[in-house]
Amino acid sequence: MSSRIPLPYSQRVIELFKNPVNLGKMDDATVFAQAGSPACGDMIAFYLKIDEKKEKITKSSFESFGCASNIAAASEVTIMIHNKTLKEAWNISWKDVSDALGGLPKIKNHCGTLAVGALQRAIRKYYTTIKKEIPDWLPKEYTKDEKHAMEEEELAKKLAKKYNLSI
Amino acid sequence: MKKVDGLLEEHGRSKIEVYVDWENGNYVPKEVFEAMKPFYLERGFANPAITHRLGWETYELYVETKEKLVQPLNISPQDFYITHGLTESNNIAIRGVAKANKKRKKIITSSVEHLSVIHSSRFMESQGYKIEEIPVYSNGIIDLDRLQDIIDEETLIVSVQLANHEIGSIQPLREVIEIVKDKNKDILVHSDMSAAFGRMKIDLNKLDIDLATFDSSKILGPKGVGGLFVKEGVHVKPLLEGQLSVEILSPEVEIMPLIAGFAKAVELQFENFDEHISSLTKLRNKLLYGLYTTIPKTLINGAEGEKRIADNVNLSFIGCEGEALTVECSMNGIYTSSGSACSSRILMPSHILTAIGRRPEEAHGSLLMKISRLNTEAQIEYILETMPKVVTRLRKITGSIEL
Repeated sequence: MSSRIPLPYSQRVIELFKNPVNLGKMDDATVFAQAGSPACGDMIAFYLKIDEKKEKITKSSFESFGCASNIAAASEVTIMIHNKTLKEAWNISWKDVSDALGGLPKIKNHCGTLAVGALQRAIRKYYTTIKKEIPDWLPKEYTKDEKHAMEEEELAKKLAKKYNLSI
Repeated sequence: MKKVDGLLEEHGRSKIEVYVDWENGNYVPKEVFEAMKPFYLERGFANPAITHRLGWETYELYVETKEKLVQPLNISPQDFYITHGLTESNNIAIRGVAKANKKRKKIITSSVEHLSVIHSSRFMESQGYKIEEIPVYSNGIIDLDRLQDIIDEETLIVSVQLANHEIGSIQPLREVIEIVKDKNKDILVHSDMSAAFGRMKIDLNKLDIDLATFDSSKILGPKGVGGLFVKEGVHVKPLLEGQLSVEILSPEVEIMPLIAGFAKAVELQFENFDEHISSLTKLRNKLLYGLYTTIPKTLINGAEGEKRIADNVNLSFIGCEGEALTVECSMNGIYTSSGSACSSRILMPSHILTAIGRRPEEAHGSLLMKISRLNTEAQIEYILETMPKVVTRLRKITGSIEL
């Protein structure tokens, strides 16, 4: 098969892969968002239950179609945002996720970015389509991580076109 | 470099372990190791090109070993050149042939060749050559009509493997040779036979082929040694510049322990050959169809029946991502590999699965298992028991995500 490199995962990645925390669809979620593309083999879905008065995440869960680090990163994010305000959750960076995971192999950094991108997509979706009131701290422009998720989806489309794949 | 102690500790070690990743690495049977040992410790360690007693002794052993090595192929040892493995053999077959034959400037390969063939021909494309790829049907077998259409007087070489290393499809090589030689006898035919050798009978003497690639580690021999058959009269040049010795297609390749190990591996692989291959096929079918029938939403990648090489199992489990599959298998003691993007450096799914028309999510969920005579029926049963649990757990993580 094609070329490979060893992926020395941290203990934490393996731990969360073995026993993912907050896994599964949430039927009573306030908001749901998904990022990534099946062409990249890399998709994350987040479900957030939001206390709308306090603007706090009271419960969250994830689903993931992806590699071990993708699953671990998504799970780690749901742990990190527990009981956080939406603003606090918004400010979590891919680096924070990677650090919490004990570091990701360089080639897998995009898993952390995708997880953060999916989370920000969910938060933006909440303010734009549910609350319909955008707070000051939420940037009008898409963030780097949101763009990364979009770029990955766009790239997947391009590659699929190049290699004549259907998505 | 990062240490992986923590990973290994958290990973744990399964009580039952089954190695079915023979495509990507192998240990050697004890007999192979024993055949190699004296060349490290006692004799045959000198350079066979040097004129002293130990050199001559090594040369004698070298000649003897090589005779044994090529015996199942029915060729003269002089037409079999030792290389450092299939990657080098394939590179020489494309680039070394181009170097020695400058008139024709078109190279035809199949779309499912080993990357050492694909990348070699892409390199030649950068040198002004025209490259054409023969497409394959969904079972991985090449479209012979297409070959007929694209072959022309400009064609230097046509390279089509005998069996695919990833999905096991056996190519109609005899027909390929017929088409090529009907067009023009001077057009060369190369075949990467590394995934087929030792699993089916190959009589190179009866096949009008110009070049063929072999590799020791694909038949449980040591890594780092292989061969290239070059028919007498075909011009090829080495790719590495250096001092050539007894072997003239690759410098510093007279590594006697490896050559002896390769020869021993050949001998063992061809012992009771018919029986060996029929029991391997039986075991493979048990695994391939066992997984296919017990796990829903599963696809078989590659050809079936007579058109599939005896040791190959390749399936796609829809709703699972391949890298996660290999990790989850590993935790259950099953060592295997995937054609998914995430398990590769380039983050693109295997070009072979793409060539047979697999959708991305199908390619990403692929798992390659190769079996050898070192696998037992009990191990295959363990895989059959374990895989449904592995797939179910990963599908649960994918949950309601629509692919």
